[in-house]
Amino acid sequence: MTMSGWLRLEALGLNENGARLLNPVNLTLTAGRTAILGANGAGKSTLLRLLHGLLRPSEGRLIWPTPLSQGMVFQRPAMLRATVLANVEYGLKIRGVESAERRRRAAAALAQVGLGDFAKRPARRLSGGEQQHVALARVWALEPQVLFLDEPTASLDPASSREVERIIGDIAAAGARIVMSSHNLGQARRLAEEVIFIDHGAVLEQTPAAEFFKQPGSEAARRFLRDEMP
Amino acid sequence: MQEFAASLALAAHLVSAGDARLAGIVSLSLGVSLGATLLACALGMPLGAWLAIGRFPGRHTLIVAFNALMGLPSVVAGLFLYLLLSRAGPLGGLGLLFTPTAIVIAQTFLIAPLIVALTRQLIEDAWQEYREQLRSLGARRTRAVATLLWDGRFSLSIVGLAGFGRAIAEVGAVMIVGGNIDGVTRVMTTTIALETSKGDLPLALALSLILIALVMGVNLFAALLRAWAARRWG
Ligand SMILES: Nc1ncnc2c1ncn2[C@@H]1O[C@H](COP(=O)(O)OP(=O)(O)OP(=O)(O)O)[C@@H](O)[C@H]1O
Ligand SMILES: [Mg+2]
Repeated sequence: MTMSGWLRLEALGLNENGARLLNPVNLTLTAGRTAILGANGAGKSTLLRLLHGLLRPSEGRLIWPTPLSQGMVFQRPAMLRATVLANVEYGLKIRGVESAERRRRAAAALAQVGLGDFAKRPARRLSGGEQQHVALARVWALEPQVLFLDEPTASLDPASSREVERIIGDIAAAGARIVMSSHNLGQARRLAEEVIFIDHGAVLEQTPAAEFFKQPGSEAARRFLRDEMP
Repeated sequence: MQEFAASLALAAHLVSAGDARLAGIVSLSLGVSLGATLLACALGMPLGAWLAIGRFPGRHTLIVAFNALMGLPSVVAGLFLYLLLSRAGPLGGLGLLFTPTAIVIAQTFLIAPLIVALTRQLIEDAWQEYREQLRSLGARRTRAVATLLWDGRFSLSIVGLAGFGRAIAEVGAVMIVGGNIDGVTRVMTTTIALETSKGDLPLALALSLILIALVMGVNLFAALLRAWAARRWG
């Protein structure tokens, strides 16, 4: 079962208005923590959207051997004009979770991301970093089996980034499979077991993280590592 | 000049004394325009939301058509409704011509395109921002639309206020389908037009003062609401 992976892509590709956004690719996701790496505009967000089912592939297909519940944290999370608590409760409400239980789970999720005191604050008035934490709590409250994260620390300072990494680690430890895009190499090194490298809409390699950082398989990845290494 | 000052003094007196005739006209105006605003919002907001996120053939044409309707001259709309409602017209049997209901219909007809267009723009922008997020959280389309409408509650209220401001200032169509009958269909704008032409300036001025105060009040309230909502909810 694990050998066959929890998600398979069969010749999955995407064209939009004649532009090729993702070359058809075969992939099998088996790892618990995968990082999608690549330069700006490489197609990381596009691939995540396809995996999460927000974009319909123009060719090939996604196969979930056993259906898994999913959540996603977006590059720029959208907050409703409501309190932080109401934002976290929203997904639970849709799932018909009864109100006392909803409140309890939302409050617990907020506490887990360190925003226990923020429950009554209007969500859109929070800073970008705080909103990113709310987005994590919002998805965590749903206890997804797969969590997609699109550059979850892109605009955060080092301290918040570390905190977000800690939270992602906790979510993974609770049993969720993590697929995360990033161009922070240190972060990918710390969090990922496996790296998918993507360049100009083409998946160039899927490599165990330790190996990828030592000796990437593609020339483009070598260049990427050289350019971005601090 | 002296005559104007005297008229103004008389007008002020009419307002402060709570003149019964004046009060009747003002309350009819308010009632009719409030009714038209509610009706136009009830019809126009769902329609605007549907135009914003629906994907169906002819959508673009409909959007253009509603935008064009915004520019429809009031008297032309009035004439069109007159033909519909007059005894020989297709809706003549209802006996609505020259009643307050006819005014409500005329004002609704005139402000609905504005409400449709503003709502569509608002919901389209919100949809752009929230679509994937809401879907990711598990919201189906109907739920997502309901969420967007609730999320836009302050902006939508401001759209409603803009509609009200325009409705209460309407004159051409209201004159034609209302008939400007004393005590029945005489609203502020049509009375101002009539009394001015008759030379009864104090009443016209008194109504004008009230109308200005109302329209400015509505705009001020809209601005305050906008500022408050931005400060409170972002
Ligand atoms: N709907 C679309 N139509 C046409 N081009 C698109 C569309 N969506 C994305 N693209 C293009 O596809 C490419 C990949 O975009 P994507 O957002 O996936 O990149 P990314 O790897 O996430 O980049 P970043 O690191 O900047 O977030 C970009 O060149 C982008 O302009
Ligand atoms: Mg991206």
